[in-house]
Amino acid sequence: MIEGAHWRRWVFFYVPVTAFVVCLLFPFYWMVITAIRPDSELYRPWSAPNYAPFWTSHPTMEHINDLLSETLFSTWMLNTMFISLAATAISLFCGLLAGYALSRLKFPYAGLIGTAIFITYLVPQTLLFIPLADIIRNFRLGDSPWALILTYPTFLIPFCTWLLMGYFKSIPKELEECARIDGAPRWKAMVYIIFPVAIPGILSAGIFAFTLSWNEFIYALVFLSSPEQKTVPVGVTSELVRGDVFYWGELMAGALLGSIPVAFVYSFFVEYYVSGITGSVKG
Amino acid sequence: MARVAMRGLNKKYDEVHAVIDVNLDIRDQEFVVLVGPSGCGKTTTLRMVAGLESITGGQISIDEKVVNELPPMDRDIAMVFQNYALYPHMTVYDNMAFGLKMRKFDKSEIAGRVKDAADILGIQELLKRKPRQLSGGQRQRVALGRAIVRHPQVFLFDEPLSNLDAKLRVQMRVELKKLHERLGTTAIYVTHDQVEAMTLGDRVVVMRDGRVQQVGDPMELYNEPANRFVAGFIGSPAMNFAAVRIAAENGSLWAESEDLRIKVPERVAQRLGRYAGMEATLGVRPEDLRIARDGDARDLSFDVAIEVVERLGSEILLDVAAGSTSMVASVEPTVTAKVHEKLRLAINPDRVHFFDNQTEAAI
Repeated sequence: MIEGAHWRRWVFFYVPVTAFVVCLLFPFYWMVITAIRPDSELYRPWSAPNYAPFWTSHPTMEHINDLLSETLFSTWMLNTMFISLAATAISLFCGLLAGYALSRLKFPYAGLIGTAIFITYLVPQTLLFIPLADIIRNFRLGDSPWALILTYPTFLIPFCTWLLMGYFKSIPKELEECARIDGAPRWKAMVYIIFPVAIPGILSAGIFAFTLSWNEFIYALVFLSSPEQKTVPVGVTSELVRGDVFYWGELMAGALLGSIPVAFVYSFFVEYYVSGITGSVKG
Repeated sequence: MARVAMRGLNKKYDEVHAVIDVNLDIRDQEFVVLVGPSGCGKTTTLRMVAGLESITGGQISIDEKVVNELPPMDRDIAMVFQNYALYPHMTVYDNMAFGLKMRKFDKSEIAGRVKDAADILGIQELLKRKPRQLSGGQRQRVALGRAIVRHPQVFLFDEPLSNLDAKLRVQMRVELKKLHERLGTTAIYVTHDQVEAMTLGDRVVVMRDGRVQQVGDPMELYNEPANRFVAGFIGSPAMNFAAVRIAAENGSLWAESEDLRIKVPERVAQRLGRYAGMEATLGVRPEDLRIARDGDARDLSFDVAIEVVERLGSEILLDVAAGSTSMVASVEPTVTAKVHEKLRLAINPDRVHFFDNQTEAAI
């Protein structure tokens, strides 16, 4: 907390925090207000006498209803959910084993391999989708959820591996040594001792991986083409923008509904998430 | 219960030779303490016995069976770590039961053994708690409990008391000793604290730079240190050392320097004979120095100036200077000495030590 005179607290704490919160939350507010504003208000010119951009006196559910009945939005939600969960599960599984091995087992070039995995994470997706597209075509996976479930791990596994490596390193190695003396072979020490202790780290990695897959755009745009296969980010932007016509109400309603699962997941696990990122194990 | 034997034990890391030619025979039911400054190889030795470090050379056997290649779980040992290493996600009961569950004991047997161990250690009320709800001393007990429920052949302790505050450490030290009397399990205990080593060990192994310096029972180490390092490491306050020259005069030997001149007692004169005319190190423990009385022989005492007076209650420590040599003398609490005072200290002739300057070995 800021010490000293009363005005210091205002100048150095309340005012900056308020400005920060307003800046962060305004886009969400704009999204909500646009989603429930009737078309007549949305397309009213700014010079009109009753122009009120930040408020609506006639909130409506018509955009949300349109979105759910006229478009394939619910299919997109299911697609996105399935793809994100599957990609997250695959990545977490691989990341757990790789992170454990790289942080705990002594083998030649462990450090080098760890760095190499991290470097693959740095390759931009905008470059990587070109060779990946070739592979997807060769395996005839185009326009199916598997195109994404198998390509998302290319950036999720390095990410999970690195986050979990860091977390595993923060767990005292005596815990595992003690388990091994207690009669557990290495894999049992890993499953019964290290993984339960690493739950905050595993949850953080999972939440991150889920969010990254949920919001992913480029691969989904390139690898999926038919409307009923699309994910929410691609479906909303490609099906609700026709030429130069923007269906703003439906667009924002799609964005709003699409962000609810992620917001839900975050708020549910926020405590684990923080201790996972800061990496603290209390004995 | 078992004997533990180490034969020509070596451990090399890339750059460091951490343990060099350690030979030790630990008898059944014995409590052996490995002691030395940090980096002396004591913990590495213990971890090799546990199977947590690979062995570069030599052999370790437990109960006549070579265990070099056995994984830790098959050595039938239990280890207590400095940071306790309690499983944070398990209750105290589950912490203690884990080793038994892994070994597929049946439920009633596990419950019985955990209860027995909890009774011995007085932690019956804590069984349902998680480790983070326990104090340091309680965690220590749980760690001990986890070791004793398994009825292992050997206990290994890796500085188990270092994380406790001073008062609790003394209390737990006594309890550990009692526990060993009661269970009689062979134990190897690593510490850097020589007081712990002296009070707990049936025998004490002093190590330095990967080598064993001396093995013996505590009083043997104290009274007959094998070299200057052991002499200085064991005992608190530490032994006083003074650089002297051995001179032969009128048929007897004298240890002399600019600041003092002492007649070498008959007991050591014979062994010291070949050092006549050479440099050596004189060692005398603080309690073997006392304030000289009028009747004391002049040739067993020397003049000093008091620099600091430390009143400990049961004794007074005088930090004195004999010329350029600093010494500590432990004297009766009734002595009324003041800083800067000059006085004469007498040496107990039966308890002086001499050390070779080159090899540091006791003469």
